[in-house]
Amino acid sequence: MSDWYTSFANSGVGSTLVKQLGLPRPAVLRRYEPGQQLLPGPAVVGSAGEGRLRATLTAVLRDAGVAVLSPAAADGAGDGERPAAVVLDATGLTGPAQLAAAHDLLAPAVKRLRPTGRVLVLADPPATADSPAQAAARQALEGLVRSLAKELRAGSTANLVFVPEGAEASLASPVRFFLSGRSAYVDGQVLTLSAADVPAGEDAERPLAGKVAVVTGAARGIGASIARVMARDGAHVVAVDVPAAGESLAAVANEIGGTAFQLDITAPDAAARLVTHLRERHGGVDVVVHNAGITRDKLLVNMDAARWNGVMAVNLQAQLDLTRALLDADGVLRPGARVVCVSSQSGIAGNRGQSNYAASKAGVIGMVRAWAPEFAERGATVNAVAPGFIVTEMTATMPLGTREVGARINSLQQGGLPVDVAETIAWLSSPTAAGVNGQVVRVCGQSMLGA
Amino acid sequence: MSSPQPRRAAVLGGNRIPFARSNSAYAQASNQDMLTATLDGLVARFGLQGQQVGEVVAGAVLKHSRDFNLTRESVLGSRLAATTPAYDVQQACGTGLEAAVLVANKIALGQIESGIAGGVDTTSDAPLAVGDDLRRALIELNNARTLKDRLRAIGRIRPGSLVPEIPRNAEPRTGLAMGDHQAITAREWEISREDQDQLTVRSHRNLAAAYDRGFLDDLVTPYLGLTRDQNLRPDTTVEKLAKLKPVFGKDDPAATMTAGNSTPLSDGASAVLLSSDEWAAEHGLPVLAHLVDAQTAAVDYVHGGEGLLMAPAYAMPVVLARNGLTLQDFDFYEIHEAFASTVLATLKAWEDPAFCKERLGLDAPLGAIDRDKLNVNGSSLAAGHPFAATGGRIVASLAKQLHEAGSGRRGLISICAAGGQGVVAILES
Repeated sequence: MSDWYTSFANSGVGSTLVKQLGLPRPAVLRRYEPGQQLLPGPAVVGSAGEGRLRATLTAVLRDAGVAVLSPAAADGAGDGERPAAVVLDATGLTGPAQLAAAHDLLAPAVKRLRPTGRVLVLADPPATADSPAQAAARQALEGLVRSLAKELRAGSTANLVFVPEGAEASLASPVRFFLSGRSAYVDGQVLTLSAADVPAGEDAERPLAGKVAVVTGAARGIGASIARVMARDGAHVVAVDVPAAGESLAAVANEIGGTAFQLDITAPDAAARLVTHLRERHGGVDVVVHNAGITRDKLLVNMDAARWNGVMAVNLQAQLDLTRALLDADGVLRPGARVVCVSSQSGIAGNRGQSNYAASKAGVIGMVRAWAPEFAERGATVNAVAPGFIVTEMTATMPLGTREVGARINSLQQGGLPVDVAETIAWLSSPTAAGVNGQVVRVCGQSMLGA
Repeated sequence: MSSPQPRRAAVLGGNRIPFARSNSAYAQASNQDMLTATLDGLVARFGLQGQQVGEVVAGAVLKHSRDFNLTRESVLGSRLAATTPAYDVQQACGTGLEAAVLVANKIALGQIESGIAGGVDTTSDAPLAVGDDLRRALIELNNARTLKDRLRAIGRIRPGSLVPEIPRNAEPRTGLAMGDHQAITAREWEISREDQDQLTVRSHRNLAAAYDRGFLDDLVTPYLGLTRDQNLRPDTTVEKLAKLKPVFGKDDPAATMTAGNSTPLSDGASAVLLSSDEWAAEHGLPVLAHLVDAQTAAVDYVHGGEGLLMAPAYAMPVVLARNGLTLQDFDFYEIHEAFASTVLATLKAWEDPAFCKERLGLDAPLGAIDRDKLNVNGSSLAAGHPFAATGGRIVASLAKQLHEAGSGRRGLISICAAGGQGVVAILES
């Protein structure tokens, strides 16, 4: 399932040819591997206005062994180390006039940014601004970051995190995620944190150690990748898929030292069986990843009830039913639980021939947002991840033209890999991501669809 | 008489691959392939990767000579720890249940804390043997030291010696196929064609319903594209079965046994996880049932005038008496459907005062059972019957059924086997 074009464009002959023809040259992304440094070089940290996050940022970078450069050093005339990341603390913005400071910081630093670099902007959310001028300045950052993400080349990304007053403790985990290789295909995204009790002392290599994680649709594709990454991060994975997929499900479970649980999640007693299984075998569950999904494409006017109902049952109703049952089952969903629901780019942008699928995936987003307060009360979180064009067995069967166009129309000029989705889900599942709740994170390389 | 066992072995669950019809979905799979896949499915279900269990005991009825260490080789190919000991057993169709009894007994005695019992058989990848003439000539050829000796050895080979010996489902001492033996029993006990066909339909319907309600979701793992037992015909009816021609006991114009109410040749494998209660608790695995007791028996079908497959009828009163139980003290009965008429003849024998008095030496017949408690999730007529795999299928399925029904429920297993043997066992939740 490799991206042949990216490999070709980065080969000796291919690189020359692609350059001469003026074709896009997708970069080889910096993806996480165990033991990898947070960043391959120093980070520039600066602020626009009276930033209040400097101390937190410095601590995160210092703990990760990242050298911090001041903006002045980064602006040096070509000497000194090139930065691997630029972090802008824009929490002090009072009005649009101060945005010039953002530009002043970013322009020289971004110019010297290494390949696969990271730009991360932190700001207060527009909704809590004191004045229209302040709200305008905060909102302006979205336009800035989304544009910068499109300008960046060589596998670099730019993302924006809104940090409300009081949510400072929630910041460390998203900062680590967005700077690391785990966020390789997450680009041009805007996230809003919330205040939460963030546990201390997470093992960076095995953040899910001791956790029990359910992954539905784990027999193949993105689900299998999620299961692998969760296991790599230390979780015991209960791999769930339909009984008919049991052979590959068992292979996945055996590969990662997890357990296989064959279950049709649309069966009337599915929720009860899952709850019983988790209670009897594991005494509860820490992480639930609703990944199982099906497509039954047809134009709306030609779509029969079976196609509509089948997609709704698997992609949306089962997520609702299983989550509700877990919330209601006394003590099964452990304190600090994490629920991650797989949505889709189609659910945001719509897609011709996928009215059923897009409806179900948009529904997932509505569900996550509505459930966030109830989860917060339990010290838990519920979030959605919306994959864009991810290279899987399914996309391999698409016609070449459709596939190549689909893979290129994003800022990183390439399709993502299942592991990119898995890394984002594993991050949202980690204990220190406590302040990320009710969010929708797109893993799409800043796709032009639905942006 | 009280049971001398210091503790009862727990049944924690099982795994099997769907059973395939002969020379079909698993035509290219060997016994070792199927047993390994079945063990791996069990490992995945219970999270046993890299773990050592006390012992793995399994067997096959039809074995290649290369399969002399079949179970151990399968363990080495599986995800279990390579330090897990294993041995083979073989008691014809009783193999799977006997393996479970052997594992349970070692657990009961405290010699092991956990174990896996299983069985596998293929009638597709069957061991063909060369005839004795050819075999002797080949051995002589191998031993020959001079060209002259070699030529002489080769010269002994006749075209007729090249015909291989195909394993037959026939009794070596009588030359009769098992079905033909059973046809004699069916005639003696006056088992009607209609009763046999009705039992067959019930088996198919019960198994189909079990699949539909998800009962087999944690008992079966698909294999080589097969997700359900290939022999299963959910829509079969007594009318459809009535059209089939008899295939056994055909010398009798009133022959009753057809391809429908007899089990087909099939391929498949099964495995059951057993342990002490302590091991189960340590591993967070719920106990489905305990194996209470078991009994084997054999009959003299060659000279003694007893039916080839009637041995379980003899084993039953022994195990009942030892446990102070009557035949009616059970919530579920699993009587292996080698043939529909085997089940019906066995039940009739237990109801028959003369048989119970004269053959079993009982004052009163064991009596009738509630037929609604019989093979409630289908049995071999629907699932198929890869000989050594049937015991494991039944033990895991019955244990789960008992667990679902609640604690203190009892189930009875009865399996007939070639050579006039039988194995019966009691499970309790």
